[in-house]
Amino acid sequence: MSEDLIQRVTKVIATSKRIPLETVTIDSEFVQLGIDSMDAVEILFALEGEFDISIPDEEVRSVRNVRDMCAGVERLVAAKSAEAPAGQ
Amino acid sequence: MRRVAITGAGAISALGRNTTEFAESLRVGRGGIGQIESTGVASLRFQNGAEVKNYSHQPYFEDRRADFMDRFAQFAVIAAREAVQDAAVEWTPELRETSAIITGSCVGGQSTEDVGFVELYQKGHNRVHPLTIPKTMANAGASHISMEFGITGPAFTISTACSSSAHAIGQAFQMVAIGTSELAITGGSEAPFSLGILKAWEAMRVVSPETCRPFSKDRRGMILGEGAAMFVLEPLEAAQARGARIQAELVGFGMSADACHITQPSIDGAARAMRAALRSAKLAPEQIGYINAHGTATLANDLTETAAIRQVFGAHADRLAISSTKSMHGHALGAAAALECLATVIALRDGVLPPTANFSEPDPECDLDVIPNVARLQQVEYAMSNSFAFGGLNAVLILKVA
Repeated sequence: MSEDLIQRVTKVIATSKRIPLETVTIDSEFVQLGIDSMDAVEILFALEGEFDISIPDEEVRSVRNVRDMCAGVERLVAAKSAEAPAGQ
Repeated sequence: MRRVAITGAGAISALGRNTTEFAESLRVGRGGIGQIESTGVASLRFQNGAEVKNYSHQPYFEDRRADFMDRFAQFAVIAAREAVQDAAVEWTPELRETSAIITGSCVGGQSTEDVGFVELYQKGHNRVHPLTIPKTMANAGASHISMEFGITGPAFTISTACSSSAHAIGQAFQMVAIGTSELAITGGSEAPFSLGILKAWEAMRVVSPETCRPFSKDRRGMILGEGAAMFVLEPLEAAQARGARIQAELVGFGMSADACHITQPSIDGAARAMRAALRSAKLAPEQIGYINAHGTATLANDLTETAAIRQVFGAHADRLAISSTKSMHGHALGAAAALECLATVIALRDGVLPPTANFSEPDPECDLDVIPNVARLQQVEYAMSNSFAFGGLNAVLILKVA
């Protein structure tokens, strides 16, 4: 997983939840960060904007921590660039 | 305090154009959920809703009158007409002046508003239709009912999201009980199928991509619905004196606020509203035989509601029959509680408890008797109807067999 992707995801989480960036790490659990279901939906919305992806409901049901969230975003970003025609 | 009777009922919903069709659908467990047709859904993550299929204003309203009415207001009047006819109300000048109209609506004329915004933001036009405001306002249903029958007494609309029409019916119940009004028309109406509002629901990730399976382990969220249900309430003694048919008696109304989270449900908040309703009806929990649950089929609601019912009813929870009729008529937001109050009235009146449709797999966290898939012939004396809204505003009604 790229450092850049982790940084962008943690920044989205911190900005959306309005908590200091340093409190969000790849090892953070949502429960520790006080992220409830509505917070999570807002973070997904912000991630869709940040990475220009669409995150299906099925992808998010089991995600409970930052690591899983980063892995999911990475997978969707990869799927998107695989779909995009070359040269675009 | 006077006892309050329900002497008339009317409805239009995905389960049919009147209360007879509604009752028949509940009895056979036939849902009204299908592909959304009233707006394009190609860009949505979900495709299904509980719509009033092939609706047109034409059998109900002249074209010029319909010009002034959003679909939600038309539904309100259609249901009110049936309720007034059902109650065989004999209007006098005095009765018109002392009758109340209290309706519930969550989103009002959203489709009309959406059309205006499309004109403005998408088509680049610099103006919207002049009737956008009077068609959009959430009180339009109450206003059009007042004009329909020439009712000049107190009339207003309550908007508490998914509890709207339970708060409306409860308010009307209290006004008739304390003598403010000799008759009340009350209920709720909603027509939320416009792309803008469907997109907003999609963003919350609470709408099922397939169907609505309340209390089932494999439930995947709510299904939006539309329609209206309206009732005529009268003092019981007066209704008996004029020989009206008493369909059920309204005996309790409880309210509470969760005061904790804007969307997450609370066990304590839901339990407080149920207890308040029991206190209002002067009933012990053991006297309730059936609960029409809020039962949205979201992960959170159904297990919270189960825990709240267990908290209030204790061991009696295992003897209670419970169902969510949202599995058939969908979640009609501000009309939901009115449709569910109607389902409860029908259960008491006909001695048939409606099922929870689309139930496929028991959930250990929702381990109540939810009347899976098949209606039950059972006469209960008292029944409860739960509504727990976003915003944590809860309203619970208790009805008694006539």
